[in-house]
Amino acid sequence: MSRAVVEAEGLTRVFDDFVAVDHVDLHVPAGTVFGFLGPNGAGKSTTIKMLCGILRPSSGRATVGGFDIVRETERVKASLGYMSQRFSLYEDLTVEENLRFFAGVYDVRGARRAARIGWALEMAGLRGREQARASELAGGWRQRLALGCAILHEPPILFLDEPTSGVDPASRRNFWEMIGDLARQGVTVFVTTHFMDEAEHCDTLALIHGGKVVASGSPSTLKHRHVARALLEVECSDLMRAYAALKPDPAIASVALFGSTLHVVADDEAAARATIAARLGACGLALRRVERIEPSLEDAFVAIIEASAGGEG
Amino acid sequence: MPTAAIAAERLAKRYGEVDALREFNLEVRPGELFGLVGPDGAGKTTVLRILAGLLRPSAGRATIDGIDVTADPAAAKSRIGYMSQRFSLSETLSVLENLRYVAEVWGVEPNARRQRITRLLEFGRLGPFQDRLARNLSGGMKQKLALAACLVHQPRILLLDEPTIGVDPLSRRDFWIILYDLLHEGSTILLSTPYMDEAERCGRVGFLLDGRVVACGSPAELKSDLGVAVLDLRCPDPRATARALRRVAGFESSVLFGDRIHVTLPRTGLDPAAAIARARAAGVAVADWRTGGPSLEDVFLAYTRAEPPPAAAP
Repeated sequence: MSRAVVEAEGLTRVFDDFVAVDHVDLHVPAGTVFGFLGPNGAGKSTTIKMLCGILRPSSGRATVGGFDIVRETERVKASLGYMSQRFSLYEDLTVEENLRFFAGVYDVRGARRAARIGWALEMAGLRGREQARASELAGGWRQRLALGCAILHEPPILFLDEPTSGVDPASRRNFWEMIGDLARQGVTVFVTTHFMDEAEHCDTLALIHGGKVVASGSPSTLKHRHVARALLEVECSDLMRAYAALKPDPAIASVALFGSTLHVVADDEAAARATIAARLGACGLALRRVERIEPSLEDAFVAIIEASAGGEG
Repeated sequence: MPTAAIAAERLAKRYGEVDALREFNLEVRPGELFGLVGPDGAGKTTVLRILAGLLRPSAGRATIDGIDVTADPAAAKSRIGYMSQRFSLSETLSVLENLRYVAEVWGVEPNARRQRITRLLEFGRLGPFQDRLARNLSGGMKQKLALAACLVHQPRILLLDEPTIGVDPLSRRDFWIILYDLLHEGSTILLSTPYMDEAERCGRVGFLLDGRVVACGSPAELKSDLGVAVLDLRCPDPRATARALRRVAGFESSVLFGDRIHVTLPRTGLDPAAAIARARAAGVAVADWRTGGPSLEDVFLAYTRAEPPPAAAP
């Protein structure tokens, strides 16, 4: 097994009587993209704060880049870059001022500073807009600038907390291309996202719920291990009426809206097909297509969370 | 023809040198679910803020239920519920206190208040959390509270600016069930979204680019109007393969879709087998392929590709 850049054992954080992170074990090999998924409030940000040396764990241990997150906090901080969509930039500063500010924070000086700022401007597509205020930038550019600031000092480890929240689909793709490039250059990327299509880009995923890791593995492992039952995609008229008509039925384990279709999970495919046809027919809805499909990562996410007991959502 | 629930005629907004919105036209019918999509900075938030009466247009006219939002903002505002991108309630009040406060601001009769708030709590599945401080709510619950708050004065028209940002997949499903309930009760919803699966659910979608609507129609119409077919490929190591494919003539549009690759090709003269043979000849391993129509995300990418590079745009 390759050298782990992020390693956690029994990592735990308790706030008063609330266990936010509960004995989390993590193993992230160098140069891989690790996706940390979970519902809102599951403990993702608390875990990241501990790994970045901002928050002390209540118990357990972890190393980042080989440094202990409690005893070698400063060395941990120096070896990582951190970015979140929300708190990373100074809105009142210009593009260039933000870059200079972060160069100062990370002690990037002289010729290297000029070179790195130039590199970040190229990467972010912000050449010619150096004097624009960060607050004037639209989501995609702001996010690329934030990434540039976070990696000015060329850290070997990058923590990204919902980096693409509020960013359009084309910019998100662009962003993930950059993440892929960084990983190929050997950077280890630890990322959280609510976009399941983005999670597909990760080498390994861990799903956290109620402070505990409830599933982990590659995207394809998660999809196939956790959606064992038949998954049917249903295309019909009036999605919402169809949803209501299918919900209470023993032949159907769960129904969910999925884009412009419904996803129906069932133990017995034939019985489910018959029920779908009968129920929609009784409501006068046109059933256009029922097809058994491969589960998506979103199906897996929902199945895992629902199986790991009723969270608050 | 009934009055449009929401209408905009040649709406424009200038910020200094920048045209945030130009010649923007929109008509949303009563009971419709209309989605605004487009790249960041295309003007989605500006449109919603003008319609909500929070921003004056530089030119043009916007109406809510036939009421001019500039001439009679108070009357227009009473008919809409507006949810901004930022959480605009008090973090230090509880769920219940926030709703009570909003009810007071709207002058809801004390007798009616309790009943209405109870209903909203139930509607937003927020009952069990009514005494929790807003700052201790998870992202998904915060968004549900924000939605409940903009329903306090019982508006029939909702303007929602990317309401599910930062919300996990499970809570996002929950949020949509609530939106469907509202539609079922006759509400009109205009929302912006970065999620193409959400746009797929809208009756009609308007695609905004550079402050202008460049395409508008049902998801099915938008897809068929694009005039392309999609080659859906399954390959080992899709990330590396997509990059390699982009260098093959005709495959420049290769993008990752989950663990598959989508290539958009003109529908006319399409010969998928020949295209695949070309890719294989160029040394790209294609395990399996099929053709299909574009998804709304393919449509989005096709329109966005035509844009000038980021550095040149405002």
